[in-house]
Amino acid sequence: MSETILEINDLRVSYGGIEAVKGITLDVHKGKIVTLIGSNGAGKSTTLKAVAGLVKPQSGSIKFKGQELIGLSPDKIVKSGVVLVPEGRRVFPNLTVKENLKMGAYLRKDDLTEDFEYVYSLFPRLKEREWQLAGTLSGGEQQMLAVGRALMSKPELIMMDEPSLGLAPIVVKDIFKIIRTINEAGITVLLIEQNAFMALQNADWAYVLETGTIKTQREGLELLDDETIQEAYLGKTRE
Amino acid sequence: MLNEKKKLNKGSLITLIIILVFLIATIVLENTINPNSLLFTVIRKAAVYSLVAVSMNLLNGFTGLFSLGQAGFMLLGAYTYAILTIPNDVRDIIYYLFQGSSFHVSTVGFFEGILGDTGVAAFISMILGVIIAIVAGGLVAALVAYLIGLPVLRLKSDYLAIATLGFAEILRAIFQWDKLGKITNGANALRGYPTFSDFNIKAENGATVLRLSSFIPLLFAGICILVIVLLINSSYGRAFKAIRDDEVAAEAMGINLAKHKMMSFCISSFFAGVGGALFAMFASTVQAKTFTSAMTYEIFLIVVIGGIGSISGSCIASFLYIACSEWWLRFLDNTQYINGTQLPLFRNGFRMVVFSVVIMVIVLFFRDGLFGDKELPDLFKKRRVKKDGE
Repeated sequence: MSETILEINDLRVSYGGIEAVKGITLDVHKGKIVTLIGSNGAGKSTTLKAVAGLVKPQSGSIKFKGQELIGLSPDKIVKSGVVLVPEGRRVFPNLTVKENLKMGAYLRKDDLTEDFEYVYSLFPRLKEREWQLAGTLSGGEQQMLAVGRALMSKPELIMMDEPSLGLAPIVVKDIFKIIRTINEAGITVLLIEQNAFMALQNADWAYVLETGTIKTQREGLELLDDETIQEAYLGKTRE
Repeated sequence: MLNEKKKLNKGSLITLIIILVFLIATIVLENTINPNSLLFTVIRKAAVYSLVAVSMNLLNGFTGLFSLGQAGFMLLGAYTYAILTIPNDVRDIIYYLFQGSSFHVSTVGFFEGILGDTGVAAFISMILGVIIAIVAGGLVAALVAYLIGLPVLRLKSDYLAIATLGFAEILRAIFQWDKLGKITNGANALRGYPTFSDFNIKAENGATVLRLSSFIPLLFAGICILVIVLLINSSYGRAFKAIRDDEVAAEAMGINLAKHKMMSFCISSFFAGVGGALFAMFASTVQAKTFTSAMTYEIFLIVVIGGIGSISGSCIASFLYIACSEWWLRFLDNTQYINGTQLPLFRNGFRMVVFSVVIMVIVLFFRDGLFGDKELPDLFKKRRVKKDGE
């Protein structure tokens, strides 16, 4: 197996005394797609936010390429090559598509021409709408923009919080196709999904979270066949 | 894409021409018609207010920080300017209630000491001294903003507004405090410093050759607004807008929220301070009691009428607002007669009643203000596109 790029060890995060993440340990291997699945409130989003530096963990460690991320400010974390695509798209609605993309590369001082070309080749639709305000894009386009914006920071690890949320099934398929393309280009993907079926089909490795702890971990496709998983997350019953 | 840029330039060009025509018209009018016309009072005051409104817009409209401390920062700028430029020979007369001032540095006097205090040299000294004092006013406001910002910028929306409003009120009280009388002259007015009318060019015999007293405030305010426009269109400006649109996403993209909010707060306060200094020049006396929260509301109203997030909106709105409040609605305050019968309602204070109604109508029917978040060049661009379609 390839080297570990992200190592989370016994991570604990609380919000005002209530523990949302109760000691999570997980590894993300370089060049893989890793997914965290679990129901609402399992602590998936909180885990990603802790990695991105948006929430402060109580204890534990988060190591990216051997470097401790806990205690670093979010901008330093982005600089070191980890970027989060936040839940619910969250593009900047009153900036144009191009400005949104530029914001993704805010911390970079080098030439962006190639990166714009790369993002536009992934999402030709964004090129067409370069001068449009991001708020006027459709849901799917906004999600693409959010992913494109994150790619502009030239990340090594991209974390996506529910990229399929609220999108039409056909758009969800597109999004996952893009995720695979990004991954093939060498970027490691850590993915949170409620759409467990799509996530497991595409992931190399999957963790199942339940009420703040990791319940099980296995290869994505293997987990897809697991009966208890099917029952809990894929909506199949034994009847 | 190229096409788009061309159109953008055309819009900007038209805007630039409008501004130039306005500037030239101001100079020409001031030197041809009655210089005491209310028109020039309106131009001077509106120039100052548009700068302060734009500085407030930078914070409220572009960074999404709802702050109501503008009058406080103007007060700082105005006092700094006045204290630095009052000539030393009249200083002790102005501070007579406190047995003279404890501050004896005059920037104008400093340059006069170097360049000489007669004729052209005195005029240049005055200009240099004034500019330095204006910048100093801005810097003092920015410095205080930094110190206030450390605790206050952790607050959000309404809470931030209340904290900054309270700060401005406290500042006003401090400046009226007798114990500081040797510096601030307590509750008494500061005067005697250079005002806009000192910029009128005079001949040796004292006759005015060229009146610039309305052009100068436009020029100063214009330069400052230009700097703000450039800032907003830079990558920092984009970061401010990103913070306004979505703080969490901005943070996730690696924008340091605390740093950028502080930057916006300090820059906005700097220009509010500069605006305060210009206001001091406009009013020719400085007194802490003028810088009330009502002044902040006035400026906020201008920002809302012009459109939150529109620089040109703020500028145009401030000219309309000041023209209405100082000039066009003046007649409502005077008793009016038709056929010898006195009209009811027309008495002192009625102006403000009508004015409030006008504002309510504007707020009701132009929810986004006159410009929304568009700028003047955008309007010309749109018109062009429509013509192309026809």
